[in-house]
Amino acid sequence: MNEITTFLVVLGFLLLAVVIALIRVIKGPTAPDRVVGLDTINTIVIISMVIFGAAFRDVIYIDVAIVYALLSYISTLFIAKYLEGGEF
Amino acid sequence: MLYWLVGIIVYIFLAIGVFFNILAGLGLLRFPDVYTRLHAGTKCTTFGSIFICGSVILIGLRMWLTNNPDNGSILTIHTAIALIAILLTNPTGAHAIARAAHRSGVKPVGAVIDELEGKPAKNAPRRKKEVAKE
Repeated sequence: MNEITTFLVVLGFLLLAVVIALIRVIKGPTAPDRVVGLDTINTIVIISMVIFGAAFRDVIYIDVAIVYALLSYISTLFIAKYLEGGEF
Repeated sequence: MLYWLVGIIVYIFLAIGVFFNILAGLGLLRFPDVYTRLHAGTKCTTFGSIFICGSVILIGLRMWLTNNPDNGSILTIHTAIALIAILLTNPTGAHAIARAAHRSGVKPVGAVIDELEGKPAKNAPRRKKEVAKE
């Protein structure tokens, strides 16, 4: 099997994991459930960007993944602070 | 010979990482509670991302040492930085979500008592002092 084909198969399985986590985001009974699902989806998207960069030998995807990791971390912290009900 | 061996190791690492990422999705779907879902969704994705970034780092090292040194070095170092960012931010975010869930009143399934009930938050006096100053 070709290397690019392997990476694309891996990306398909990661898309499956994203869809399963999205079911939890839509169904989730409370707000923290949805935040947990979004956090998981963020991590899987970062990993998918790294794999995309390795598959097509294009490093710009991995730079985008680093920035995406830091920004999703900040957004998760802010949503958690909002749920907690404290002031910033 | 070494080229072939690195290819096999890369495939094994990719399989382990994908397996754990799908387990994270299944755990999110099947567990009964916010805290157990957090346990599945955070730990499994962190472990799987270590292996997937490890496989990409191996590919970058192979490119660096054999045919394409410039692109390979950039691929290796930037993937290592992305892995460090994930390892630093993922558990911290999980801790913040768990604390927010507990403070907003979500109880674990099957819990009888809450041992942290009524205990003051660690930074509560500082907040009061700031309010008094204003």
